[in-house]
Amino acid sequence: MSQLTSWRTGSTRVLPGFGLSMGISVLFISLILLLPMTGLFGQLAELSLAEYFAIITEGRVVASYMVTIGAAAVAAVVNAIFGLLLAWVLVRYEFPGKRLLDALMDLPFALPTAVAGITLATLYAGSGWMGGLLEPLGFQVAYTWVGIALAMAFTSIPFVVRTVQPVLEDLPAEVDEAAMSLGATDGVAFRRVILPHIWPALVTGTGLAFVRSLGEFGAIIFIAGNMPYETEITALMIFVKLQEYDYAGASAIASVVLFVSLTLLLAINIWQGRFVRRLHGGKG
Amino acid sequence: MRRIGDAPVVRRLLIGAALLLSALFLLLPLVAIFAQAFSQGVMVFWTNVSDTFTLHAIGLTLMIALLTIPVCLVFGVALAWLVTRFSFPGRRVLQTLIDIPFAVSPVVAGLIYLLLYGRNGWIGTWLDGYDIQLMFAWPGILMVTIFVTCPFVARELIPLMQAQGSREEEAAVTLGASGWTTFRRVTLPNIRWALLYGVILTNARAVGEFGAVSVVSGAIRGQTNTLPLHLEQLYQDYNAVGAFACAALLAFIALLTLAAKAGLEWRASRREAFA
Repeated sequence: MSQLTSWRTGSTRVLPGFGLSMGISVLFISLILLLPMTGLFGQLAELSLAEYFAIITEGRVVASYMVTIGAAAVAAVVNAIFGLLLAWVLVRYEFPGKRLLDALMDLPFALPTAVAGITLATLYAGSGWMGGLLEPLGFQVAYTWVGIALAMAFTSIPFVVRTVQPVLEDLPAEVDEAAMSLGATDGVAFRRVILPHIWPALVTGTGLAFVRSLGEFGAIIFIAGNMPYETEITALMIFVKLQEYDYAGASAIASVVLFVSLTLLLAINIWQGRFVRRLHGGKG
Repeated sequence: MRRIGDAPVVRRLLIGAALLLSALFLLLPLVAIFAQAFSQGVMVFWTNVSDTFTLHAIGLTLMIALLTIPVCLVFGVALAWLVTRFSFPGRRVLQTLIDIPFAVSPVVAGLIYLLLYGRNGWIGTWLDGYDIQLMFAWPGILMVTIFVTCPFVARELIPLMQAQGSREEEAAVTLGASGWTTFRRVTLPNIRWALLYGVILTNARAVGEFGAVSVVSGAIRGQTNTLPLHLEQLYQDYNAVGAFACAALLAFIALLTLAAKAGLEWRASRREAFA
């Protein structure tokens, strides 16, 4: 085999289709993913640095960062706890309806975000089933940041469940049997034995849920109320600028969102890569 | 031997909490969609669904999904083949790049397409000279839909093809099978269920995409309104029952997606049990 092909596969280099699959993949990634980014940079290049900073630090926009990040953080924490509970129950226990519960976990991914949006808004409005119960008790969910966090948590819960579930499944029974036979209580054994195994997956899943929440739009705008300075999310700010034909403003804010989400994605990927390598004895 | 959390009290408490929270958080919204859609009876639901604009939105949505799926399929298979069957410099970079659409906000995705292909973008200006308009027309909707859905097939195939390894294919090729025959007779039977699930996920997202599509569509009733955009307009017009009729159609597709996933998983676990 020639020198050129020697790096294509590890053991044998007999499989065809390297050129074809490489061609399709690179063409597609360039055209669909990378080329459109140039439009954003072209638009940004028309702004001076001072103009750029003026747009991204404007009061209403900064308020939208706060609302988005704050609500996404709350949603991520809630999802970490709720997701861990669901993953645990689905892996460790047998009970009637378990298969249905398992299937239900993917609902937020399968359900279009706009459908989730109008449904949550209707449920939690004062006249809705949940809002009608909660508002007399003094909890206003719809048109507050709590509603935003709720919509974010709804759309991103599967990330945590589906990341933690397989790791819990792979945990051998001996691990916790050993801990229990040494007389540890449930709480101590979980914290000392289970948690060290699953926390990398838990962090990864929560991180992915957080990134998704930062960018979510359809599920949120209906329940958010969209009050400037109070319940406007950053994705909506971009949308508003676009409707005013302020392409430069929209691009500037979008560049902030894009930078944050791509940085987080890269961090999660590197983190996950390290964790996988550690588990597989440095082979990765 | 007793395992952690096996005590009956703990067990019941945790299962109870999980069921209660899931019912409130996930099941209740699902029930509410159908309750709202049918709140004024089946006839009103039917009137809403058979409305001219709704039918047009359904048609456009299905067309976009049907055009998106083959593109994502070819790309997904090619990328999965590339990163699982060959090792080359930049393999990890490709695998990270493919996750970009998951991390990018749909609104930002729509925006970058609008900037490039819209009236002010350099490709858009050039195409305008030939009187071709991609944005605020169905080709724009198709383009952003492909952007947001392109990772699904690849993401389903890569872990599976990695786990299966390439021994069977290598054997086939060594015995003289052509590349295409190897793919069709050896690879395809091994990956067909993952492929199918990838297509189902692609379809679910293509049908339901909202943020990216709402930026590039222009939302012209009877022209560039997809079903999610149409339901938004109905909802803003205080026609909640009409909006939920559209929502029920989309939720039905979501339920089919979940059923298909459960079915495919059941199949896989049964095969594992017999193996």
